[in-house]
Amino acid sequence: MSENKNPEVLLKVENLKKHFTPHMGLAASLGKARKVIKAVDGITFDIKKGEIFALIGESGSGKTTTGKLVMKLIEPTSGTMVFDGEDVTSIAKKQLEAYRRKVQMIFQDPYASMNPRFKIRDVLEEPLSIHRIEGDRARHDEMIVKALEEVKITPPEEFMTRFPHMLSGGQRQRVATARTLILNPKMLVADEPVSMIDLSTRAEILHMMKDVQRDLGLTYLYITHDLSTARYFADRIAVMYLGRIVEMGPADMIIDKPLHPYTKALIDAVPEPESGKVDVIKELPISGEIPSPANIPAGCRFHTRCPYATDECKTLPEPELEDIGGGHMHACRRWKEI
Amino acid sequence: MDKILEVKNLKLYYHTSKGVVKALDDVTFDLYKGETLGLVGESGCGKTTTGTALLRMPTAPGRYDGGQILIDGRDIIPLPEKEVRKNVRWEEVAMVFQGAMNCLTPVYTIGKQMLETLQEHRDMEKEQAEELIREYLGLVGLPGEVMKRYPHELSGGMKQRVVIATALFLKPKFVILDEPTTALDVIVQAQIINLLKKLKKTFDLSFIFITHDLALEAEVADRICVMYAGKIAELGTNAQIFGKQGPMHPYTEKLLAATPRLHRKVESLSFIPGTPPDLIDPPKGCRFNPRCHKVMDRCYVEEPPLKEVEPGHMVACWRLEK
Ligand SMILES: Nc1ncnc2c1ncn2[C@@H]1O[C@H](COP(=O)(O)OP(=O)(O)OP(=O)(O)O)[C@@H](O)[C@H]1O
Ligand SMILES: Nc1ncnc2c1ncn2[C@@H]1O[C@H](COP(=O)(O)OP(=O)(O)O)[C@@H](O)[C@H]1O
Ligand code: SF4
Ligand code: SF4
Ligand SMILES: [Mg+2]
Ligand SMILES: [Mg+2]
Repeated sequence: MSENKNPEVLLKVENLKKHFTPHMGLAASLGKARKVIKAVDGITFDIKKGEIFALIGESGSGKTTTGKLVMKLIEPTSGTMVFDGEDVTSIAKKQLEAYRRKVQMIFQDPYASMNPRFKIRDVLEEPLSIHRIEGDRARHDEMIVKALEEVKITPPEEFMTRFPHMLSGGQRQRVATARTLILNPKMLVADEPVSMIDLSTRAEILHMMKDVQRDLGLTYLYITHDLSTARYFADRIAVMYLGRIVEMGPADMIIDKPLHPYTKALIDAVPEPESGKVDVIKELPISGEIPSPANIPAGCRFHTRCPYATDECKTLPEPELEDIGGGHMHACRRWKEI
Repeated sequence: MDKILEVKNLKLYYHTSKGVVKALDDVTFDLYKGETLGLVGESGCGKTTTGTALLRMPTAPGRYDGGQILIDGRDIIPLPEKEVRKNVRWEEVAMVFQGAMNCLTPVYTIGKQMLETLQEHRDMEKEQAEELIREYLGLVGLPGEVMKRYPHELSGGMKQRVVIATALFLKPKFVILDEPTTALDVIVQAQIINLLKKLKKTFDLSFIFITHDLALEAEVADRICVMYAGKIAELGTNAQIFGKQGPMHPYTEKLLAATPRLHRKVESLSFIPGTPPDLIDPPKGCRFNPRCHKVMDRCYVEEPPLKEVEPGHMVACWRLEK
């Protein structure tokens, strides 16, 4: 298994698709024809070792589905995934367990993902038991203390006897991170890990996650719709629209010199803490809502909302990602004119 | 401008078995006709409590422990519940609760749910009511056929529009919006903000807009009220808080520094170490003293009063004492 020629690349995803076929019952009860939902519709990207790679896009653009594919919580419809040189597209159950240890997930709501009756010590021991990690209680305690120290929960001994409700939002997210670190993963998938958390705590958590990433040389897939934190946090950003990546590149390039009209629209919609905007109705370059992934527009899939769409955009085949240098890629045929 | 709401020295405490949580402690502010007042602060600072207090609907074991809430000059705190239900709640004050869009009943159509709300308060024929519902859906940018749909058939943005339409129904004097866009993505958020601005302009409406995101307040709020630990730390106009001079209270300064800016590359985001205090036993003196970067001896002894430092700009901090 030597698909991975570049030793720097940790995860290589190629033309990955996830199409859902709804149950007949559900479709019928909604009075609708049975239609395939193309949640992820052919995405290709690499994540390098030690890199923070962000996936951004509107609600319904397919970010979470991509995260689940990478976690191998769901099976792809087609395409390939190579992790650390090994083809993991379809692997046996036994290898799957090993894979899940190497690739860990951080949940959006750390409170919901913790048993409220477990003390913090037990919350952290849970993954060790699930993955049947050898060791007596003392050995496990050692690992728990180390994981808590990595996320700066100090003194760890004092926190180990507390229950989740006795922690602040920020501390809870630290514990959730410690729980994923305890298995020594190579990569973390974080799906909107801070979206419900207030701004100061959010900054604190991202700070901590970045420290941990540097200290341990971890690789992150960071999923969010928040461009401001993605810019600060990520090395590279991929912008998703309706199951496809429409632009990808170094974080600064994407934010400062966006090429795709969809990326531009996302950037324009972000509020900035500056005065003089209260009486202004913001011009939004795109209107309406994202179409259903069961009904993807022909041609460029963004054409129904794109202010620059021409007849060609509707009739010609969908533009593929094109590299204009420096790793900055886009999928818009009119990028030079706009 | 007309004052439609005056909150004077309001105290709302939660009387729990562990002690008295001083969630609102001597809070004073006004709301004018046609303005949006932003309420901002970290979680647990008393924003939602302010909202439910103004609706005369504090959650148990909350109790009014002092002060007044004057709507057009009438104090609503001592009013009997019957009068509040008939003439105040939803009629004069409406509130869009945090997460309300996820609380629409899944088994009823949008039309049925809106009809129920309307008929509870108004004697109206079904046809007439449906006409009104259609009109309000139109106001928030939704087609009338949304009436026939179920909540799961609508996107998050559409559900939030339905909830806003329902709050506007009875023509209240002002509407409290609690984190109305936190669960939405940036594009839908920008669309909802535009909608609120249009409604405000067209109907001369007043809003109290609650969020933890200062950048959002910069977009929507004419004046901003920064809360910390059940008290007002700073209150000023949009230009005073977000203009060149910037905010004056150390808490607002820190909060603003923790707000990421898309077009400004920073090495690291700053944050406020620690958490807001336990409101059963808040710190003596200034409640912000354990986390303040400008703390002085006096801050541990005496609580700073909210004082006007320039016209329309109030700050509660000893640093600003001449
Ligand atoms: N199991 C499933 N069956 C059918 N459709 C699905 C399934 N999972 C996801 N989808 C659909 O696929 C699309 C992409 O969903 P996904 O959750 O990946 O979006 P997202 O980008 O993470 O959005 P958000 O920002 O709201 O989290 C959506 O239209 C969703 O309804
Ligand atoms: N029903 C209640 N019983 C006891 N304490 C409460 C209740 N509701 C809120 N509190 C407390 O009151 C304070 C303010 O809460 P809240 O108004 O919800 O803050 P915010 O909306 O700013 O996050 C917090 O300390 C919170 O824990
Ligand atoms: S290809 Fe055409 S429709 Fe698609 S983004 Fe570019 S201009 Fe818009
Ligand atoms: S009064 Fe003192 S502790 Fe409080 S904000 Fe001002 S300087 Fe900081
Ligand atoms: Mg998602
Ligand atoms: Mg709240």
